[in-house]
Amino acid sequence: MVEIVPQASALGFKLLSVEPSRGSIFTPWREELVGDPDTGVIAGGVITALLDHVCGLAVTSRSLEGGFLSTATLDLRIDYMRPAAPRADITASAHCYKLTRSIAFVRAHAYDADPEDPIATAQAAFILKRAAP
Amino acid sequence: MTQAASQHLEEFLGRVPYVRFLGMRAELAGDEMTAILPFAPHLIGNMVLPALHGGVIGAFMEMTALAQLSVIAPSAKVHKTIDITIEYLRPGKAMTMYARADVRKIGRQIANVHVEAWQEARDKPAAALRGHFLLSGT
Repeated sequence: MVEIVPQASALGFKLLSVEPSRGSIFTPWREELVGDPDTGVIAGGVITALLDHVCGLAVTSRSLEGGFLSTATLDLRIDYMRPAAPRADITASAHCYKLTRSIAFVRAHAYDADPEDPIATAQAAFILKRAAP
Repeated sequence: MTQAASQHLEEFLGRVPYVRFLGMRAELAGDEMTAILPFAPHLIGNMVLPALHGGVIGAFMEMTALAQLSVIAPSAKVHKTIDITIEYLRPGKAMTMYARADVRKIGRQIANVHVEAWQEARDKPAAALRGHFLLSGT
């Protein structure tokens, strides 16, 4: 799901870890992903795509247990605490902390150097798609 | 005014590398801007449907808000995103997506912007975004 999805591969996403309800993804800094040419800081849009993707990964990691086939983002809220350091790689981790029959609730954060000093946090809800009964 | 507006917009679109990575364009009619995201294979998030990546749609709407702000609050520096809330209404199909931003309030420091994105019909939005942006000094 991480390296074969065209957009994930275009952004250079690398899967760091996945376990039931949790996932982590790494994004290497690249010139073409810059949002502020004065500083070389990676674009907010890249962080948005990364957080959406890592949240989806955490939800998908529970698909066997939850008995659903696929999932789609319903809403995603992102708070940007601070800009990333110039030319910094970004790591994002997500935790799917609640699964109902139809909805998954997820939290995620993205950081450059220290997981305790996030550049952005996300809160998302995903709809779960089941096979027709 | 219109000429200055289109100059500010072109400057913004031309200098942000990530805008080029997405392949995003924008057109101005007076001060009303329409952002355009032509379909490209690297924007796909779901190969089975196929559908645009949710993060691409969010990023496109965020860049639409920043592009609109570059027109009405021109600055030598890029404005910064404080927070965004994205609502996904329909799957993004493998075709061109459009978006328009509505600047609801612009203060000295903060702007509140709503964005709506659509594909085949304006009244069938694919996604919406609401966000706050920190304005950089001029």
